[in-house]
Amino acid sequence: MRKCSLDALDSLFAAMSGAYSVYLPVDGDGHDKHASYKKWSEGVKYSNALNTVRSAKDFFFPQSENLMEFKVDGKNIEIIDTREESEDFIVFGVRACDAKSFEVLDNVFLLPPADSYYKSRREHGVIMSMACTRPAETCFCSTFDIDAADPAGDVQCYIEDNEIYFDAKTEKGEKALETIISLTEECGSEKVDAQKEVTHERMKKLPLANLSTEKFGGDKTNTYFNSEKWKELSQSCIGCGTCTFVCPTCQCYDIKEFDTGHGVKRFRCWDSCMYSDFTLMSAGQPRLTQLERFRQRFMHKLVYYPANNDGLFSCVGCGRCVASCPISMNIVKVMKALGEEEGK
Amino acid sequence: MIEKNEPLMPSLGVVTDIRCDTPDVKTFRVVTPDGKKPFIHKPGQCAMLSVPGVGEALFSITSSPTKEEYMEFSIKKCGCVTDWLHAMEVGQMITIRGPYGNGFPVDDAFVGKNLICIAGGIGLAPLHSVINYVRHYRDRYGKLEIVYGSRSMQDLVDYEEITSEWEKEEGTQVYLTIDREQPEWDGHVGFVPNYVKELGFKPDDDTIVIMCGPPVMIKFTLAGLNELGFKPTQVYTTMELRMKCGIGKCGRCNIGSKYVCKDGPVFRFDQLDALPDEY
Repeated sequence: MRKCSLDALDSLFAAMSGAYSVYLPVDGDGHDKHASYKKWSEGVKYSNALNTVRSAKDFFFPQSENLMEFKVDGKNIEIIDTREESEDFIVFGVRACDAKSFEVLDNVFLLPPADSYYKSRREHGVIMSMACTRPAETCFCSTFDIDAADPAGDVQCYIEDNEIYFDAKTEKGEKALETIISLTEECGSEKVDAQKEVTHERMKKLPLANLSTEKFGGDKTNTYFNSEKWKELSQSCIGCGTCTFVCPTCQCYDIKEFDTGHGVKRFRCWDSCMYSDFTLMSAGQPRLTQLERFRQRFMHKLVYYPANNDGLFSCVGCGRCVASCPISMNIVKVMKALGEEEGK
Repeated sequence: MIEKNEPLMPSLGVVTDIRCDTPDVKTFRVVTPDGKKPFIHKPGQCAMLSVPGVGEALFSITSSPTKEEYMEFSIKKCGCVTDWLHAMEVGQMITIRGPYGNGFPVDDAFVGKNLICIAGGIGLAPLHSVINYVRHYRDRYGKLEIVYGSRSMQDLVDYEEITSEWEKEEGTQVYLTIDREQPEWDGHVGFVPNYVKELGFKPDDDTIVIMCGPPVMIKFTLAGLNELGFKPTQVYTTMELRMKCGIGKCGRCNIGSKYVCKDGPVFRFDQLDALPDEY
C-alpha cells in the first residue's frame, strides 16, 4: 500500500496523465451540482461525491459508438473496418457498486463470441476504485454482497485524514501506480483497516441494509412471472427508460445506420427494454403493454440473469434508479413487493 | 492490436439470382464476391442480411447445407429491409453475417425418425432447408410427410419445386392446402390445423413433427397434435423475435433465461413450455 497527502492529488493526476487519459468524477457547476466524469486536465478538481449521475459503464460501453462504415457505389458496397485499439486510460474514483458492475457486463460482452469494441476498452482501461465512507440512504450494495469499504478494481483507493491510499490489486493496477511512485510513499494499512470498520458499522444502519436477495434467483421464473403484483407496480411506469440509462449493468443495445452523404455509418447505441418498440416486429409485439416491459427489466435482473450466471444478480445496488425515477418506482420496491408475495 | 474477429462485422455477398415465388415472397441467391457460398450452416440456422443505409435483419437460411455453391433466402416483403431487398436487382451487393442459432437436430434427434413437416405461408422457408437436407441423406430418415398451406394457390412458396420434385419421390408425401376455394385449384381447401387433424397422423415414438408458421397456426396445430396423442417432446418449432446482434448480447430476443438468437431459434415444445409465455 502507498499513500500521499490529498493536497498533492492534482500532481498525481498530472503524473498519471503522462501515460494515460485520466477520467474522474467532477462536481457540476451552475444549476446541476451532480457529479459526472470528466477527463483530467489542469484545473479539473476531483469530487468525492458518492455517485456520478451516469455510471462508469460509459467508458467501456459508451452510449453511442460507431461500429463500421460502408461506401456504397451503385450495386457495390465496401465495408470499412473503422475499429481502433482503445487508448490506455484510468477511470478514477469508481465506487464499489460500479466496480462490481464490470463483472456483470463482462459476462455478457466477453462471453464468446466476445465483443471486440468492449474487450479492447476493458484491456486498456484501469479501474481505480474509491472506498465509500459515507454511503447514501439510497445505497443497497450490501444486498448484493458488495463491500462498499473494500471495492473491486485494479487499484483500490482510500481517503482518510487528508491522505489518499493506493493498493494495487492487479498487474495492470501496479503498472498504473508506477506513474506516481515517486510522489507516494510505502505505508501500512492500519488507518485503512480502521476506516473499513467504521464504514461497515455505518452500512448496517442504512435504511435498505436489510433488503435481501434470498427470495430471488435463477429458479424463480414461475414464482414471479404471473404475480398479481406486476400490475400495481408497473401501473405508473411511463416507460421513459431513465432507470436503464443510469443503470451500471443495463447493457441492451440497438444497431442503427446513418447516411452521412459520403457513406453509411453503422452505430450502436443504448436501448431499453422499457421502450415499446424494443421488441416490435412486423409479425407482432410479444410485450404489448408497459406491464410486460416493466416485468422484463426486473425479472432479467433478479431471475433470468442469475439463471445464466451462477446466481450473480444483474443489480449492484448503486441506487441511481432509486434517485432518478420520475415516478419513484424502483427495484427496491419491486423486491419488497414480490418478496411479500412469495412469503404468503 | 484490436481483435481480428468481430461478430458484428459482416462480410460481403452478391445476389446472383432473384426468383418471384408469390406476390410478396422472393427467393434470393447469395454468394461471396468471389462466387463461393458465404459460410457453412445447419438447417434452421439464420443469417443477418443488410443493405447499408437501410438496416440489418435476421432471416432463416432457406437452402439446405448440402447446396455447396450458394445460399438462398426466401423472404416475405413486410418492412423496411425486406421492401428494399424486394426492390433490388441481380448483381446487387449486400452484407451478410452468421450463421446464428442452434438449428434443427438433423444429425442426432431426427436420425432414423419419421418426419412430419408442417408449414404455413412463409413458414416453409426454414423447413425447406430441413426437407432438402433429409432428401439428400434420404436413407438416414424414415417417412417424410409435408403438410403445407397458404392463403391461396399463388401464395404457396416453392410450388414448382414441391410439385416437380418433392411430390414425385418415393417415401415422401406432400399434402397441400389453401385457405379458400379457387377455380384452378383441385387440391385440399382448409386451414392447416384442421387438415392436420383430418390427416390423423399417428403419434408413434419414432415420429417427429417440425412446425413453422404464423403464431395462430402454431397454436391450433399444436392443440390438434395434442389431441392426436403427440407429446411436446416430439414437436419442434422455430421462433421469430426481433433481433439486432444475433449473438445473445443486445437483449432483444430474451425470453426467460434464453436468447432466441443463440439458444434458439429451434425449440422443442417441452423446452418452450418451461419458458415464460412471452412470445
